[in-house]
Amino acid sequence: METLLIILGIVLVAVIAGGGALLAPRARRRGKAARTGQVHGQGGTATAAPPSTRTPETAAAPTAEVSAPPPVTEAPAAPTPAVEKPPPSAGRMVRLRSRLARSQSAFGSALLSLLSSGKLDDETWDEIEEILITADMGAAPAAHLVERLRTEVKVAGTSDLTEVRALLRADLLEQVGADFDRTLHTAPHGDRPAVLLVVGVNGTGKTTTCGKLARVLIGDGHSVLLGAADTFRAAAADQLETWANRVGATVVRADREGADPASVAFEAVSAGTVRGVDSVIVDTAGRLHTKTGLMDELGKIKRVIEKHATVDEVLLVLDATTGQNGLRQARVFAEVVDITGIVLTKLDGTAKGGIVIAVQRELGVPVKLVGLGEGPDDLAPFEPEAFVDALVG
Amino acid sequence: MFETLSDRLTQVFSSLRGRGRLSPADVEATCREIRIALLEADVALPVVRQFIARVRERALGADVMQALNPAQQVIKIVNEELIEILGGEARRLRFAKVPPTVIMLAGLQGSGKTTLAAKLALWLRGQGNTPMLVAADLQRPNAVQQLQVLGERAGVPVFAPQPGSGVGDPIQVARDSLDEARHKLHNVVIIDTAGRLGVDAEMMNQAAAIRDVVDPDEILFVVDSMIGQDAVTTAQAFLDGVGFDGVVLTKLDGDARGGAALSVAQVTGRPIMFASAGEKLEDFDLFHPDRMASRILDLGDILTLIEQAERTFDQQQATEMAGKLASGEGFTLEDFVEQLAMVRKLGPIGNLLGMLPGAAQNREMLSQVSDKDLDRAAAIVNSMTVQERRNPKILNGSRRLRIANGAGVTVGEVNSLVIRFLEGQKMMRQMMGGGIPGMPGMPGMPGMRRGQKAKGKKKGKGGGRPGGAKRPGGVPAGKPGALGPGGGAGAFDGLGLGGQGLSGPGLGMPGLGRPGLGAPGLGGPDGPAGPDGRGGSGLAGLGGSGGSGLGLPPGLQRSGPDSAGGTAGFGGPGSDVGPRQRDDDDGGDDGDGRQLPPGLRGSSGRRGRGKKGR
Repeated sequence: METLLIILGIVLVAVIAGGGALLAPRARRRGKAARTGQVHGQGGTATAAPPSTRTPETAAAPTAEVSAPPPVTEAPAAPTPAVEKPPPSAGRMVRLRSRLARSQSAFGSALLSLLSSGKLDDETWDEIEEILITADMGAAPAAHLVERLRTEVKVAGTSDLTEVRALLRADLLEQVGADFDRTLHTAPHGDRPAVLLVVGVNGTGKTTTCGKLARVLIGDGHSVLLGAADTFRAAAADQLETWANRVGATVVRADREGADPASVAFEAVSAGTVRGVDSVIVDTAGRLHTKTGLMDELGKIKRVIEKHATVDEVLLVLDATTGQNGLRQARVFAEVVDITGIVLTKLDGTAKGGIVIAVQRELGVPVKLVGLGEGPDDLAPFEPEAFVDALVG
Repeated sequence: MFETLSDRLTQVFSSLRGRGRLSPADVEATCREIRIALLEADVALPVVRQFIARVRERALGADVMQALNPAQQVIKIVNEELIEILGGEARRLRFAKVPPTVIMLAGLQGSGKTTLAAKLALWLRGQGNTPMLVAADLQRPNAVQQLQVLGERAGVPVFAPQPGSGVGDPIQVARDSLDEARHKLHNVVIIDTAGRLGVDAEMMNQAAAIRDVVDPDEILFVVDSMIGQDAVTTAQAFLDGVGFDGVVLTKLDGDARGGAALSVAQVTGRPIMFASAGEKLEDFDLFHPDRMASRILDLGDILTLIEQAERTFDQQQATEMAGKLASGEGFTLEDFVEQLAMVRKLGPIGNLLGMLPGAAQNREMLSQVSDKDLDRAAAIVNSMTVQERRNPKILNGSRRLRIANGAGVTVGEVNSLVIRFLEGQKMMRQMMGGGIPGMPGMPGMPGMRRGQKAKGKKKGKGGGRPGGAKRPGGVPAGKPGALGPGGGAGAFDGLGLGGQGLSGPGLGMPGLGRPGLGAPGLGGPDGPAGPDGRGGSGLAGLGGSGGSGLGLPPGLQRSGPDSAGGTAGFGGPGSDVGPRQRDDDDGGDDGDGRQLPPGLRGSSGRRGRGKKGR
């Protein structure tokens, strides 16, 4: 009986409170539009600002990539030197490429064999669609893409396989969004450090990503401070500290478990300002997007940091194995903390991470980095061309 | 917002209603919809294919072709098949004849093995065992420490001879752990291993080596319920690499539909034994196939909602809240805010509403209600004085302006909140007066079209309550499994054909295919409701067949003063709906399609017509 009343209560609340939504949807939509506009504005100014360290590499990587067969050209750059001085992030695309080739091989080769069988009948199209679905692209986007490809092929009046593949590649590339600004804003503003906030659901690899990211930045000659705002999970701060010690970054952590993460984040940023480091990376506890309280907490972390500095990047860490739920996650996180980039982790497995295509398209937030394994240097800038090339084999 | 299976099937079947029978082509169309629905729930493609093949075979059987409402039958078949696969042969943990029993956990990185190890240990301890945790994850930095902390919380000793973070040999740790357990008389040993990828041959060999050393009685494969199409590949890789005897689904407290459960169960044939839903160590339970089936199909999940509520609130809070609601008269804006805060704690309002059966159909509308609205409402009430909260009638223009300024909203928003609140209060009063079974129609919202929509919903759910109240009696079969199918089918009923409305799903109300279960279809008595008359009569017939669980006694269904069509009729604002009803078929369809309690149908009916009625 009580529980039923509770349910009734929920509905009552929804109706009384939510009625406002039904009454004024237009006003809200306008608000949202304004907000997105603002986000774009930020992106614009940030790009115009002094080029971040990462820009040259990302620019350099694709050219190296497209022109040459990967493993040969840049192999010399790959070997990892001593632990204390991580290698600069250049040349990582090579590894991305080879890893992607491994993880996507089934996908690519399946497409290849399909398209090389010579005929383009309904069955072939269905299979192409299924391959896309298997990559977690989602049923509707996959169907849409295939439909479009079919029309294009019809319009082009071609049955030439290389052309079909080129078309597919172009379509996929467009879906992946080759024109996103994927630079990571890590340059300090005057005397204040750049702040990167790392968020995501449980178990996607946030702490590991923080560690790797610190390594990358230090390798590129930045000074980095890590903020262990994951005060919830047992030993999360220790894990971060272990990472930091490997690369010589400092860690700001709470003195006890269960401290207010926002205050830890604030401390980290203030300490970063005082010590004059270039970037502060704040690791947060994993939280499911359905937990309102935890999401509010995350919003608070960001607000509190903003009292002191600008949050340059909010990176959502998405696990490549995540299915269609990834979109919901991204939506909620975007609403709460305005994510500016996505880190796609665990791409070294068999998972394809196709969900990011939908996420990028819906939220307009680019994938900026990919995690390719447990090694300390297995973090690379995301490169759409390489991603898609690996897809179409 | 993606469509649910029920939505899709309703669409497919609404076009064939007139024909009454399913042709093979219709079955094909149905299967396509099921396929998409399953794919959207992250069920792996090969599994979907096999599944569809089986459903198709059964659906082509005579029972569906001739059933009065095939959609129900199809949903029922799908649900049954799902439960069958998910349920497998349910079994308990196997304990070794000679202790210690060894349980080994394996899975991808970040699937939740370490947390699960502690949860499992706590659960086992609660059953009188003396478990010991073994930290064999020496890969991830400080995983050992994490396990130690968790073990301490669970009150279970942790065997961690190696520091971890890349140092030490997990195989050795596992070997030593057995001696330790024998020595210290632990009867269960839970080995937490490092996360590994299915393609990582080296790590797989290591896992196999650990297995060979300890000869576990159970190897549990831990899988994240959010995993997508990769579930099949990964599960297969682990099955080949290490082998496992059971599956544990984690992170079920998210809103992932969990199609992976189906994939893994189907591909490996191993039963899903446990479900973990929450960050606390106590959030761990045996797996319920029926609920999972409903979840995959997105059929509304009242049981989960109730459980969630029970977890979040203690008994006293619940009683207080219930008491205030029930008192009707005493329900003030203060109580409202309090209740709002409680609801907020339960999770995003969209999710909660989504769990309510029948919500699927109103998805579009529900998606407009966000937590922000709740916060805004709270802000408005919080800007009132105590006096105003207790007696909103004293609100005059200047007070409203002050409140609006205080809350940062417009006066209009304050006005509408107050009006809605008063209506809600009135509704509560009437409902309590009318007793449990009947949910009287509610007066329309003065001069507000959208308001009416909202009102409609409120009333709808209110109507649902009586059905729910019958729950104890409604589960005569007494077997929990029965709830699933009933629920599933019921939800569809509500949306599609029958007269179950809100009452069916999850509550074990009259199940499927029990024709003539009494009471007039919801809409029945209101047949004559003006322009909706046609729909109404059409419905009465079908409603009967579906068994109207809800069956509001006709007398209690009062029409609201300003809704010409009769509240309980097909669209609260009948006048609004009527003219748009072009043809008989459509009207009929919509009528039964929206076999939700009165108000709900009012709103959704209109919407549906806007969409479908062209």
